[in-house]
Amino acid sequence: MRYLPLTPDDRAAMLAAVGASSIDDLFADVPAEARLDGPIEGLPMHASELAVERHMAALARQNRAAGDGPFFLGAGAYRHHVPASVDHLIQRGEFLTAYTPYQPEIAQGTLQMLFEFQSQVARLLGTDVANASMYDGSTACWEAIVMARRITKRSKALLSNGLHPHYRSVARTMAKYTGDVLVDGDPSLEAGTDWAALADSVDKEVSCVVVQYPDILGRIDDMTKLAEACQAAGALLIAVVTEPVALGLIKSPGEMGADIVVGEGQAIGVGLQFGGPYVGLFACKSKYVRQMPGRLCGETVDANGKRGFVLTLSTREQHIRREKATSNICTNAGLCALAFSIHMTLLGEAGLRQLAAINHGRAQAAAAELAKVPGVSVMNDSFFNEFTLRLPADARATVHKLAEKGVLGGVSLGRLYPENDGLANGLVVAVTETVTEDDIAAFAAALKEVLA
Amino acid sequence: MTALNRAGWRPEMNAAGGADDNVTFTGNRALMLEEPLIFEIGSTDTTGVDFDEPAPAADLGSLMRSAPIGLPGLSESETVRHYTRLSRQNYAIDLGLFPLGSCTMKHNPRLNEKVARMPGFADVHPLQPQETVQGALAVINELAVWLIKLTGMYGVAMSPKAGAHGELCGILCIKAAIEARGEDRRVLLVPESAHGTNPATAAFAGFTVEDIPATPEGRVDLAALKARLGPDVAGVMITNPNTCGLFERDMKAISDAVHAAGGYVYCDGANFNAIVGRVRPGDLGIDAMHINLHKTFSTPHGGGGPGSGPVVLSEALSPYGPIPYSARYADGSFKLVEEESAGEEHPDTFGRMTAFHGQMGMFTRALTYILSHGADGLKQVAEDAVLNANYVLRSLEDVLDAPFAGSGPCMHEALFSDKGLAEGFSTLDIAKGLIDEGYHPMTVYFPLVVHGAMLVEPTETESKAVLDQFIGALRSIAMRAKNGDPALKSAPHFAPRARLDETLAARRPMLAWEG
Repeated sequence: MRYLPLTPDDRAAMLAAVGASSIDDLFADVPAEARLDGPIEGLPMHASELAVERHMAALARQNRAAGDGPFFLGAGAYRHHVPASVDHLIQRGEFLTAYTPYQPEIAQGTLQMLFEFQSQVARLLGTDVANASMYDGSTACWEAIVMARRITKRSKALLSNGLHPHYRSVARTMAKYTGDVLVDGDPSLEAGTDWAALADSVDKEVSCVVVQYPDILGRIDDMTKLAEACQAAGALLIAVVTEPVALGLIKSPGEMGADIVVGEGQAIGVGLQFGGPYVGLFACKSKYVRQMPGRLCGETVDANGKRGFVLTLSTREQHIRREKATSNICTNAGLCALAFSIHMTLLGEAGLRQLAAINHGRAQAAAAELAKVPGVSVMNDSFFNEFTLRLPADARATVHKLAEKGVLGGVSLGRLYPENDGLANGLVVAVTETVTEDDIAAFAAALKEVLA
Repeated sequence: MTALNRAGWRPEMNAAGGADDNVTFTGNRALMLEEPLIFEIGSTDTTGVDFDEPAPAADLGSLMRSAPIGLPGLSESETVRHYTRLSRQNYAIDLGLFPLGSCTMKHNPRLNEKVARMPGFADVHPLQPQETVQGALAVINELAVWLIKLTGMYGVAMSPKAGAHGELCGILCIKAAIEARGEDRRVLLVPESAHGTNPATAAFAGFTVEDIPATPEGRVDLAALKARLGPDVAGVMITNPNTCGLFERDMKAISDAVHAAGGYVYCDGANFNAIVGRVRPGDLGIDAMHINLHKTFSTPHGGGGPGSGPVVLSEALSPYGPIPYSARYADGSFKLVEEESAGEEHPDTFGRMTAFHGQMGMFTRALTYILSHGADGLKQVAEDAVLNANYVLRSLEDVLDAPFAGSGPCMHEALFSDKGLAEGFSTLDIAKGLIDEGYHPMTVYFPLVVHGAMLVEPTETESKAVLDQFIGALRSIAMRAKNGDPALKSAPHFAPRARLDETLAARRPMLAWEG
């Protein structure tokens, strides 16, 4: 048992030192009927590193990795190239195996990194402040709705039909139990979100409007007028960003007047990881900072006047305020935030802008190529690196047929909206810098074949 | 107050042009290196990433980003150095004993890291066609089976992203079960010694929270609990072993009483490391318990996450658990039960609580750890963790007040109070003194039921030799605090920073670089 340093002699000496005749004495408070004598039956015993690695590698081989062939999936999780130094640095034991920085004198590494992360996120999203991260974009989105309720003392939230359906599902789950009222709907392949109607529906009962940018179908729209309508009605505009690389090319939601901007930071530094762990971004105007959920890192000085960083404004948090806290969240996504921050530092503004432009260019090329496939149309007027195709057939079935041909060709809207037949032929296609021209050609050829 | 110097701290130059004896020009002390912010050393024109092609022209009209963003970049070599330097200002379990009570800072095996990075796990999209992710679904399912068997429960919800998210999952199951019975129960009972997440979670899900008093022995007061049960009580949230490091001897009686009154029992599983492989919560009448994979099952804490908080569920609550989940079929294939098929296969689910399927990267690590230890090794983990904690308790109870030591052995953590320290000396001073001795301090001022609490959780990771040295150091510091050593009041003296001004940080929040 390679992780356990106590020897049999140590154990005997320590038992004697504590006055116990056997280890069972130390478990005497456990009721006799609940005490187990031997190892739990039906489970394997300890195994060597070699044996465990072999077992896990066999399971890993049963998955098709994104990098094994043409790959075009997005819909809330994006495959970007992550520089090798990112993964190397996050594996430094001082980052990997540290705890939450509750003792700031010996946690300045984590704290300074969080301060830098918060600053990067706030600038990228166009807001004043950002927190030290949330679990993921979907939970950050619900937390933003709760925060808007606290600020406005209203509990009706309007969700744009372009919001990721999983994010909507998370909000619906919570609203069932909290009494919040959600007004939402499905997107349409043919028509974009009616922004004017959305703005018109913001009245004095509405706490917030939630829009996604770019939205689930890849559409991008100016939210300035909606922000004005929200402000006029005393409601907040919450913008959700699931593909932060886009903000290297297009205006940030903060610039357009969003009050709270949340997002999924996975695209920068974190990787796909079958859905988690990811890193939730949470940012807002500074006047709302005391209503924010989650950890915040702030600058201060030490007893010798040296600059240092600490976790701060913790009177918002559960470990101080208990049931009166702004949220029950305790942890953040520290190591994923670190990966995001390192990747963003490597990119810098110049690199981010170039990366974003390459993504957009590649997506335009792919859209043009795929639109040549008979019966296929691109439904977007505008997009960043993701767009929606209307196929002449059910997209769910098409996705499986493409996979048989070695192409992971996007996310079918039928999977995301199983109850909406009007979306069944929709396919959301993401194209990042990791996609080659050969990949696009292979996708177009395979699509033509399976639709024939 | 000393003015902040954005450029970092610099010593005054002495007349001869050099620095004083005790300061250096750079502010560095040999291997203790000061490091500026990326905003001070980077530039928006610099990038550490090379691209194969120039940026193509783009035209997205008025939505084009025109204003500067203000994101500094560094070359790769500068980036590696920046973060390496920062890392060295952190304490970590890789460096030494990290006895944070209730946090279970155990060794993080590197095989776990290697496995999690296999492309078949790390480079897989959550919405890939299911026939292309059978191995990933198998991992989720295999870990789920282990968790169910280790806890003696009926089902498990794998998607919660962290402990508090797991609490929320369990509490939503309770709420759904009560609604399904057509009842209206709005009160959850929570002991004063609970983690702050417990009452916060209950409130987040729309419950009213009421305290359960503790006995002088540091356990739940069963009589008081029974007296409060009634038709308005949805259930209780109990931590077992509790935050005083004690096993709740009456746990089964508590569960029986709550069930008889129509309520459910939530158990905070943060302290599962004390009993893994030796006690199954399912045998104690628990209805729901989250398991912090980052505690008991060794996934790295990462400086504050990511966590992972699967929730094991009783037969009564399992029908309400969240989607999606990985189901195994008779032919050996796996399927993700999500919106499309939930109506048939899991009709009473309360719904989705996160975008995808949970912390896959943590599942691969936790399963790797569990397979390494096996059923016998995990039992040994609990035994060694409990033995180590009792060894610390009995080695120090003569110099530090141990309020519950008289009632018997502790579980995996030893609790002390600040009673008997010299006037003006506090738990904080002892914590900061430990920093100078090269240790991370224990959990301080928690649980709230003990004055100046110090909660020491050594875990099974530590050898007897390490514990003996730690005990010696803590004994020395305790004596200094009892004798009123003024140097202890200004500790730490040898850390990268002295005590930080937290009041200033909160009074005048500076949360982002404004240069």
